[in-house]
Amino acid sequence: MDALIVKELRAGYDGHEVLKGISLRVARGEKVVIMGPSGSGKSTLLKCIVRLVEPWSGEIIIDGIKVTGKGIDIRKVRARTGFVFQSFNLFPHMTVLRNVTLPLEVVKKMPRELAVKKAMEVLRAVGMEEYADRYPLQLSGGQQQRVAIARALAMDPVLLLLDEPTSALDPELREEVLEVLRAIAKRGMSMLIVTHEVDFAEDAADRVVFMEGGVIVEEGEPETVLRNPRKERTRRFLRSVLKRYGL
Amino acid sequence: MEDTLSFVLGILPYLLEGVYITLEISIISFVMGFVLASLLTPTRLFARPPLSWIARVYIEGFRGTPLLVQLFVIYFGLPAIGFKFDALTAGIIALGLNSAAYQAEILRSSIKAIPEGQFLAAESLGMSTAQIYRYVVLPQAVRTAVPALVNEFVTLIKESSLVSVIGVVELTRRGEYVVAYTFRALEVYLAVALIYFVLCAIFSQTARVAERKFRIPGYERGGA
Repeated sequence: MDALIVKELRAGYDGHEVLKGISLRVARGEKVVIMGPSGSGKSTLLKCIVRLVEPWSGEIIIDGIKVTGKGIDIRKVRARTGFVFQSFNLFPHMTVLRNVTLPLEVVKKMPRELAVKKAMEVLRAVGMEEYADRYPLQLSGGQQQRVAIARALAMDPVLLLLDEPTSALDPELREEVLEVLRAIAKRGMSMLIVTHEVDFAEDAADRVVFMEGGVIVEEGEPETVLRNPRKERTRRFLRSVLKRYGL
Repeated sequence: MEDTLSFVLGILPYLLEGVYITLEISIISFVMGFVLASLLTPTRLFARPPLSWIARVYIEGFRGTPLLVQLFVIYFGLPAIGFKFDALTAGIIALGLNSAAYQAEILRSSIKAIPEGQFLAAESLGMSTAQIYRYVVLPQAVRTAVPALVNEFVTLIKESSLVSVIGVVELTRRGEYVVAYTFRALEVYLAVALIYFVLCAIFSQTARVAERKFRIPGYERGGA
């Protein structure tokens, strides 16, 4: 079964169409990277998948469960889907530990001790267990993002959505986050990742999707799309990204 | 100079007795305002029309008219339709209703100040709207609101002097009595002003300490 199926998805804001019919599949355990210039609709696509942005039309199926349409308990779907934001979005008034245990306790109804045990497990996995009692704003951006990843992982998601997880970070902090993401990818998590990190896409992704103007321009294996793109538009974009990151 | 000092010290015990009523008026009307504001804010933010409009009209109405006129309407006007209050009660009601409007605005702007990312993150984890407000939004909004609420309380202490005009014998009214007997308006009113100043300073200072204590750790270094 596929972790995610998106069919003919259309969405936008205030009558302005951003996604113009996107179809996409993520098989179980597959790592798909979405690239594309800003404004191409990558972030809207991720948000639509868990209906943080309401789709106009189309179909979304996560792990065999239909997400779009009437009578769907979207909260149940979200509880089984991890979402990592560009700006971390940790809850600043709670400790690192509480950030992870809160959703376990109030959404998954897990007893406190179990939630703490689970939280420490995922914090260890991202190398943040020593910081369990700290508050988010006392941490570096890279550390905050690792906690945000732990918070998403703690829910045992069937699919992990990551919206430019390293874009808000200084270059020297990016690597620690990418390292964590590589480790998670190795353990077989199904992931859909919006990123400009070409190196990461090359060694962690099974497939790269290139988006522009609300449509998928090109998709395929990383070597093909990144090293030898068929479309001129993809080529131009990659040149500008590689130049920006000095690669 | 010496004469002034001993005069002021002489009237001080009489004036200080008025502080009790001043604080009573301020505290009760503040609490009343807070309770009302806690109802007005969610009504304005989440209720459907016409309920949300009513909350809005209330807030704009009380913020857009002079407190003194509101006080006159309640004390002199309402008896005409059968609501008669003694001066102290009328004063507390007027200040409480007025403060509710300002406190509602404080609560609303504190909620609006929560970054959208907080809502998105909580929603993405599967939390319900009630859970999001209880665990994520309100604990942060209250921290933002506290300095402004204390400020509102300090404003109430000062505005409570208005109820002296309908005959409530609080701090300002006592000052007026002393002036009527002694004709030394400058010293008396400066003494009254000083007492208000000290009262306000005490509460502002306490609030600053509390604010520091409840500040989100790491916040002082800036960040989200």
